[in-house]
Amino acid sequence: MNGLEVQAEEGWTLLDTARFYGLEIPTLCYHDGLSVFGGCRLCLVEIGEGPKAKLVTSCTYPAEEGLIVHTDTKRVIEARRMMIELMLSVAPYSKKIQDLASKFGVTQVRFKLRNEECILCGLCVRMCAEQMDGRAIGFQNRGYRRKISTPFDIRSEECRLCGGCIYICPACQLRCQGPEAETAVCNACLTLDPTCLDYYNELQCWMYDAGRCGTCVREAPKKENPLASSKP
Amino acid sequence: MSPRKSTPKMRRLSDLENIIAAAKESRQKETKTVIAVSSGTCGQARGSNRLIEAFKKALKQDGLRDRVILKATGCHGFCEAEPNIIIYPQGIFYQKLEPKDVSNVLNQTVLNGEICEDLLYVDPVTGEKPTKEEEIPFYKKQKRLVLGDNPRLDPTSIDDYFSIGGYGSLLKVLSSLSPEDVIKSITQSGLRGRGGAGFPTGKKWAFARAQKGDLKYIICNADEGDPGAYMDRSLLEGNPHRVIEGMIIGAYAIGAREGYVYVRDEYPLAVANVTLAIEQARKKGLLGENILGTGFSFDLHIAKGAGAFVCGEETALIASIEGRVGEPRQRPPFPAVKGLWGKPTVINNVETWGNVPIIIEKGAEWFASIGTNGSKGTKIFSLVGKINNTGLVEVPMGITLREIIFDIGGGIPGGRKFKAVQTGGPSGGCLPEKLIDLPIDYESLTQAGSIMGSGGMIVMDDRTCMVDVARYFLNFLRDESCGKCISCREGTQRLWEIVTDITEGKGTMEHLTLLEELALAVKEASLCGLGQTAPNPVLSTLRYFRNEYEAHIKDKRCPAGVCKALIRYSILAEKCTGCLACLRVCPQGAITGELKKVHVLDESKCIKCGACFEACQFDAILIE
Amino acid sequence: MEVDLSSAQAIIDKHRQQKKALIPILQEIQEVYHYLPEPVLRLVSKKLGLPLIDVVGVATFYRAFSLKPRGNHVVTVCMGTACHVRGGPKVLEEFERQLQVKPGETTPDNQFTLETVNCLGCCAIGPVVVVDGNYHAQTTIRKVGRILKPLRKEKS
Repeated sequence: MNGLEVQAEEGWTLLDTARFYGLEIPTLCYHDGLSVFGGCRLCLVEIGEGPKAKLVTSCTYPAEEGLIVHTDTKRVIEARRMMIELMLSVAPYSKKIQDLASKFGVTQVRFKLRNEECILCGLCVRMCAEQMDGRAIGFQNRGYRRKISTPFDIRSEECRLCGGCIYICPACQLRCQGPEAETAVCNACLTLDPTCLDYYNELQCWMYDAGRCGTCVREAPKKENPLASSKP
Repeated sequence: MSPRKSTPKMRRLSDLENIIAAAKESRQKETKTVIAVSSGTCGQARGSNRLIEAFKKALKQDGLRDRVILKATGCHGFCEAEPNIIIYPQGIFYQKLEPKDVSNVLNQTVLNGEICEDLLYVDPVTGEKPTKEEEIPFYKKQKRLVLGDNPRLDPTSIDDYFSIGGYGSLLKVLSSLSPEDVIKSITQSGLRGRGGAGFPTGKKWAFARAQKGDLKYIICNADEGDPGAYMDRSLLEGNPHRVIEGMIIGAYAIGAREGYVYVRDEYPLAVANVTLAIEQARKKGLLGENILGTGFSFDLHIAKGAGAFVCGEETALIASIEGRVGEPRQRPPFPAVKGLWGKPTVINNVETWGNVPIIIEKGAEWFASIGTNGSKGTKIFSLVGKINNTGLVEVPMGITLREIIFDIGGGIPGGRKFKAVQTGGPSGGCLPEKLIDLPIDYESLTQAGSIMGSGGMIVMDDRTCMVDVARYFLNFLRDESCGKCISCREGTQRLWEIVTDITEGKGTMEHLTLLEELALAVKEASLCGLGQTAPNPVLSTLRYFRNEYEAHIKDKRCPAGVCKALIRYSILAEKCTGCLACLRVCPQGAITGELKKVHVLDESKCIKCGACFEACQFDAILIE
Repeated sequence: MEVDLSSAQAIIDKHRQQKKALIPILQEIQEVYHYLPEPVLRLVSKKLGLPLIDVVGVATFYRAFSLKPRGNHVVTVCMGTACHVRGGPKVLEEFERQLQVKPGETTPDNQFTLETVNCLGCCAIGPVVVVDGNYHAQTTIRKVGRILKPLRKEKS
């Protein structure tokens, strides 16, 4: 993993292994204590080498003998950024997603904003079913019409008003009240733009939190983009 | 149709041997004329049932029932010529029949051996009228190893299948081959999955066989969701026993005891014919416990799809059979290791199963001698769209697009120009004119930016807008996506929004960059084949038809005359004869004029519905 | 609205209340009732021992199922690629204009439901429209009126 020889126990996923070794991989729909889902696509890592290398979600991919894994290649980072951009376009007021945008250098949202306050990560569904034994809400429909609701969109008899779904939801939270509060992408804090990517194909810091050592940080340029939606 | 004595249940291998031999002999000795009426779903939609009724009536009236056998067969493949019949033993092909033609067919051809000239196929280029099926250009370059038996069979009769040597390969396998022998043969033949991915079939079977455990499954993927592809439907409707035979052989090789045929809900006739065929096979002892006394037990069930394209994906299909939503899951573990209900499962496409009996019969070497180095055997394509000879074509791998579209397909109708051919369904791409001499195999298509897919081949002419085609596929994909991965669900939705903006004249050049960036992200980040290939239509049209996108963006113009926001309708005064035809059909009353006077189209009222263009016989409606 | 649950119960019993038979059960119920009524879905959930949310999840995922009642006549327009290239969308628009509904909706008098389907596999005869199980080949804008006319004359 990232050039380090690592050992995993039987049944571990790539994410479990990475965490054991202190390698940080961002996640959203993953939660200790709930089953894995693999829908947010943030925890992508690159496995294999050469033309057959591909991206997989580390929270679901089982550790395999002889597998080569890289957690921060250019491919991974670019894909990750697009996932965040897509999430921002449907839940721009979520602090959690805004923080992710700042951390990973997402400075623009080029899609029409649709403020649904839901990224269909399924945490609420799994919380309700697995931790609270309620099964009051679930996924319905498919494709772009997919939604999470109660059966027939009416008050559910199974719902005990425990609030677990609200507690765990990453999208429907108060956003930060920073200086650029009205924009789709705040970025006012934590703008990091590692310079090592100009020279290497993958992030050079081993102990994650890009730029923590301070030697590669520069301020992210404010890009002029005609497609950037600045009004929510 | 002449009644046939039904054979009883077979309990020994020698029973099967004798039944097949007897049926073959009986067929060879047949002196009656056979009239095979093409009666698949599209044949029926074009009136084959009425034709059959007319034949039945005439045969009875003329007292010909002891001289003529009337057979409702599956699809003959030449859909443009429906309803068509083939008269055996001569092999005479008549097309586009109506009930009124029945008496001529019987009196002239059947009784007197004379050809009915007006019922023959006419070559649009040479004007020739070939009489026999094999002389018709559509059929000449084909190699119909899998579909070729359709015209000879009544799909509702297992005895008919025996009479052409059917289940002979199963007999060979159970009598003289071990499961390992079978897998070796399939591997050496080079057969690759015909569902689209092209995974080596023998390898998949070997993986499954190597798994420990008694309980294994095989599945026939008949979900055929690619719009424009219907070869699996044709094979299941017309020759279900061929597929069943292939599956029984496969089950024996892998060690499976149960199998499923997963047919999509939209194919009622295929479901009916396969269900009947399974019942017949069971009654005869070819399915069930201790088949033909060999100790091998295997049974088949039908599972119906419920209208979800994503269920063509292996793991989603399995979820569907298990009664859950069709959400694909991560692989590994692969279905061959852990599939249906956690057991080793081999899933193969209908056409793949259909190739198995003939590989066993004629040998792996023979099969490997057909096709290219990497792609052996034949492939069935559905040639549809803007093409003269619409139909199902089965050709050896390595044949060029030009040969399929022009030699077999007869070129583009209406004298229009070939623009592109779309292969691989929503996972594939559009190939332009400059690639017309591309030899078809798995690798060459992938390199060109498309894929083989299940075999859909949609031909497009200069009146097809490639941006509109990209939008069409994205609309399909955003609806059919299971919705789990944000990259696919939201990604296809956003790709669709951007391409729609472009078709409405709201596109910018930055949109093209964004399209490519987003498309790459969707491809990289999605879990299953649907998401990973969803960007292909957009990417391939951008690659080969970028100028069309730019015309929509820079000039606010749709060169093909399709995108409503960018075109206008008008009437050409020099061609208008004043016939009132367009005036009458216009739903908005946008056309005014009098008889024999040039008509005028009021653009402010025009909703560009196309009714006037359809109605005008003088090419006087201009779309630009 | 009262819904007779006896047919649904019979179908569930026929499949021996097996959880894995959920989809065939729903398919047979759809055939009998022409849609999936809410009380029937609740019954299926109860008898199969499946959470109601899972049953609803399956019922809304697959296009073959409808949670809303359908009209007396179901008009299905094929939106396959070959039909699209041959002018399918314009035929759909004409149906929308004449029936004054969008795909998925039913006319207020409950006579017609307009649906689309992603390829029926009859591409040679496209654009294809299926009305009450009858296939119409090579549909044109002008044929739409002729297809609807005899059906409109019927009283429900």
